[in-house]
Amino acid sequence: MTEAVHSVAASITPVSLHRRLANHLATAYAVLSVIIVLVPLVAIFTYLVIKGVGSLNWAFFTQLPKPVGESGGGMANAIVGSALILGLASLMGVPFGVGAGIYLSEYGRTSFGNLVRFTADVLNGVPSIVIGIVAYAIVVFQQKHFSAFAGSVALAIMMVPTISRTTEEMLLLVPTALREAAYGLGVSRWRTTLSVTLRTALPGVITGIMLAFARVAGETAPLLFTTLGNEFWNLHMNQPTAALSLQIYNYAKSPYDDWHRQAWAGALVLILLIVGAISAVRIAVSRSYMGAS
Amino acid sequence: MAEPAFSQPLMPGPQPLEAVRAPRPAPVQLRPGFEGADYIFKYAVMACALGILGLLVLIVYELAQGSALSWHAFHFKFFTSSDWDPVNEQFGAMPFVYGTLVSSLVALLLAVPLAIGVAVFIVEMCPRPLRAPLAFFTELLAAIPSVIYGIWAMFILVPLLRTDVEPFLARTLGWTGFFEGPIYGLSMLAAGIILAIMILPIISSITREVIRVVPQHQREAALALGATRWEMIRIGVLRNARAGIAGAIILGLGRALGETMAVTMVIGNRPEVAKSLFAPGYTMASVLANEFSEATGDTYLAALIEIGLALFLVTIVVNALARLLVWSVTRGLPKGALA
Repeated sequence: MTEAVHSVAASITPVSLHRRLANHLATAYAVLSVIIVLVPLVAIFTYLVIKGVGSLNWAFFTQLPKPVGESGGGMANAIVGSALILGLASLMGVPFGVGAGIYLSEYGRTSFGNLVRFTADVLNGVPSIVIGIVAYAIVVFQQKHFSAFAGSVALAIMMVPTISRTTEEMLLLVPTALREAAYGLGVSRWRTTLSVTLRTALPGVITGIMLAFARVAGETAPLLFTTLGNEFWNLHMNQPTAALSLQIYNYAKSPYDDWHRQAWAGALVLILLIVGAISAVRIAVSRSYMGAS
Repeated sequence: MAEPAFSQPLMPGPQPLEAVRAPRPAPVQLRPGFEGADYIFKYAVMACALGILGLLVLIVYELAQGSALSWHAFHFKFFTSSDWDPVNEQFGAMPFVYGTLVSSLVALLLAVPLAIGVAVFIVEMCPRPLRAPLAFFTELLAAIPSVIYGIWAMFILVPLLRTDVEPFLARTLGWTGFFEGPIYGLSMLAAGIILAIMILPIISSITREVIRVVPQHQREAALALGATRWEMIRIGVLRNARAGIAGAIILGLGRALGETMAVTMVIGNRPEVAKSLFAPGYTMASVLANEFSEATGDTYLAALIEIGLALFLVTIVVNALARLLVWSVTRGLPKGALA
């Protein structure tokens, strides 16, 4: 037996040099491309931390922006403004998206379902600035003034397609047997969907919502001509409002060094909020999931 | 001890067998309106799904209506003229279209080879313990907001280009005509590079997805014929996934075309058509970002909305095409139709 294997092995011609060379080159290329891709990632995070930490202080979180020429001040109003805009956007976008996701997974095995799926995927790729124009047309243009509400509408429109597709995917992972068990107990279809299917898939659905949230949290383009920005405190959703991402943009393109420092600090806070939100929900969800099962 | 089944002696007709044998629980009392709630729920979630179609219709309607004024004034000349003069109400979007296309092409040229290399490495070569962290890091690139890429590009990348990279390119590749002229740093090249960094994760993660669904026996067949690992990847994997990879690239293109903030911060914002990549440019998305909130006059606003409409239509076509290509691989549509 081993003799036969040896004789076969001996009769195989060795792999030619240029084929081996091509193989090694391909491997080297793949490794190299990974390294090249990691360089900007590392560079971005390093500079964010270096430049951001130096400019962060307590005033950044508690004070209003100072007028040009005075150093110091903070972005307290922008942080609160972002929270308001994102909160309202989530209130509008999440139920809408989850509802569409439920339809797609529980009733959507039809050509109409496929059409909705396709439309959602295509909407996902619409540039955020175009969504901004639409929010401008339906809110700002009608009301004749900029407002936080208009920004929320734009962000909500951006959240819906993502949330609906992830919700659908997560609901489809729930075994059919579970639904059938509920039907067998005489539970109606809507109760089954809400308290069995959705409940089982909840960790995944929430993760999807958080990812959509994180995606719009740093959006600037759709806020430029909807919420506009504001130098002062404003808690009215119907007025122009400061937002963290807008403030970073405005400060970054200003000619003042002090504002550049603040922009870096804002960028660091923004990325920490986004990464923090994602990881916090990941951890909380996996923990509650384990507790439930 | 009367069993429920026997407690109905007056019931006419033959008794069902189970009813005699087993004690029967009291029948579930179906509440009235039971079926109705199901219908209400179904139509409520269906309304949400319809809403997604409605969003698309709303976007098209608002953009078409808002841009009508400019369309009637300039027709196709809007996209061929390079005269952008808000004061005299003359609007030609050619420099913006050019800037959008060139910056996106530069980005694709830089990003595609790297993205495919990364995807192949992660799926086919990566040692198992490295796989999850690498995938996580490329996902992390996707989670960074555009404005943060912008601030990094503005303060770190652009000075680097101005002092080192662009002079070097001018010395070595200046003869091509693509790398010549005065060096500002803020340039088409800077926009292309930051766009490449931004679209890399999406191209790479979708390529990874379509490579992963190539059946294992394709790889085994190639290896059994004596292929080296690279030959196996080339013949068994990349060739089978090519429609999906094309989809991933087009999806990346769609992202690049509509990307706004980072590009606006580094491209220099000058509406000119120049062959050199060192020259500042302007894109469709950045002119919207810079001028929309200050647009005075109805024609000016309509011209900007028309740029938005054009951007929207292009990205819709690009995305639809890309989705079809990716679906054809991951869902097993007939391959001949698209490959």
